Amino acid sequence: MYAQMIKTAGTGVKPREEMTPEEAAFQDRIDADIKIEPKDWMPDEYRATLVRQIGQHAHSEIVGQLPEGNWITRAPTLERKAILLAKVQDEAGHGLYLYCAAETLGVSRDELTEDLLSGRMKYSSIFNYPTLNWADIGAVGWLVDGAAIMNQVPLQRTSYGPYSRAMIRICKEESFHQRQGYDIMMKMAQGTEAQKKMAQDALNRFWYPSLMMFGPSDKESVHSAQSMAWKIKIDSNDELRQRFVDQTVPQAEYLGLTVPDDKLKWNEERGHYDFSEPDWTEFFNVLKGKGPCNTERMNGRKRAWEDGAWVRDGLMAHAQKRAARKVAAE
Amino acid sequence: MKNEWPLWEVFIRGQHGLSHRHVGSLHAPDAEMAVKNARDVYTRRNEGVSIWVVEARHITATNPGDKGPMFEPSESKIYRHPTFFDIPDDVGAM
Ligand SMILES: [Fe+2]
Ligand SMILES: [Fe+2]
Repeated sequence: MYAQMIKTAGTGVKPREEMTPEEAAFQDRIDADIKIEPKDWMPDEYRATLVRQIGQHAHSEIVGQLPEGNWITRAPTLERKAILLAKVQDEAGHGLYLYCAAETLGVSRDELTEDLLSGRMKYSSIFNYPTLNWADIGAVGWLVDGAAIMNQVPLQRTSYGPYSRAMIRICKEESFHQRQGYDIMMKMAQGTEAQKKMAQDALNRFWYPSLMMFGPSDKESVHSAQSMAWKIKIDSNDELRQRFVDQTVPQAEYLGLTVPDDKLKWNEERGHYDFSEPDWTEFFNVLKGKGPCNTERMNGRKRAWEDGAWVRDGLMAHAQKRAARKVAAE
Repeated sequence: MKNEWPLWEVFIRGQHGLSHRHVGSLHAPDAEMAVKNARDVYTRRNEGVSIWVVEARHITATNPGDKGPMFEPSESKIYRHPTFFDIPDDVGAM
């Protein structure tokens, strides 16, 4: 999940008796699965929560390019390089779709970028882990994109039109991402002893950070309840995590790899796997900026923003000059 | 706001014979760059044969608040649909 721990604005689900007529009509539309569009009336809290959620999601797509971009020049074959490049380019597009969706709510792209760079807005914890070798690129596609898909598929039905449409576009591309990752894992897992070891090591390091992507349990959160009533959150964090584990364990078995969890066991009664929770202390530390790569990622984004300033300004100045010349000639 | 690139809306003709359809938006300094960026973002998997871009500020839209007066008048005019008329089978296809 690329949007974690989004604080829902307001104080929990508003009972119908306390709603203004406008708010009640708004909730009726959502309950009837009618999409909310940019110019429609919406509660301020709905707008604010969506800006946070879509903004964080967009930032995650962009920062998420860094761990993979790290391996483009070192991909083992030209074909793998072309595939990874295409995947990373897709992520740039995902960021763009989402920034555009957020902008329809009245924030500018520059404001969102500046909020990321100042640390006021976050991106997903997962991208603060390093990609140490080629097997990690396989694990990222398989597990990280896999976890993202779990969250993004239901969000296609979210109540806010532009967000829903961005999710539909993104989901079309994600399955390529996960499959290219699994394909790398298959190659490694069926390769030499050393390659198999690398694949296992990548799974060992990415398993728990992937489970963390869904965020801590939010069963009892009044904020989540409000976001669910607004249909900007569709499933609880625990439901998504369970779905991810149930889907991924057989995929690991097929690869002949072992999920690094001694408590992992099929529970016949529940019809789901039992599994260990990730270390939530580590999760909160990573969110606070103390993960292995937080500084590197933020510096990367700051450098790109600052070093790109002259290009943005230069192209704008050129466009304005040309437009002025055209007006003068007419 | 500083010198932010303007917002463009992107329309793509998916196949020959179809209309252009709105697919999304992007920022670009001018129309030429907007077309190039639209090509790079929105037609990565054979999604189109033609692209239109238009600066978002040039679009005039209906106001959601006027939805009733704008669109309801046509609801009662059912005689505008061919199914309103009962034509005997004997007449043949019409
Ligand atoms: Fe993505
Ligand atoms: Fe992806």
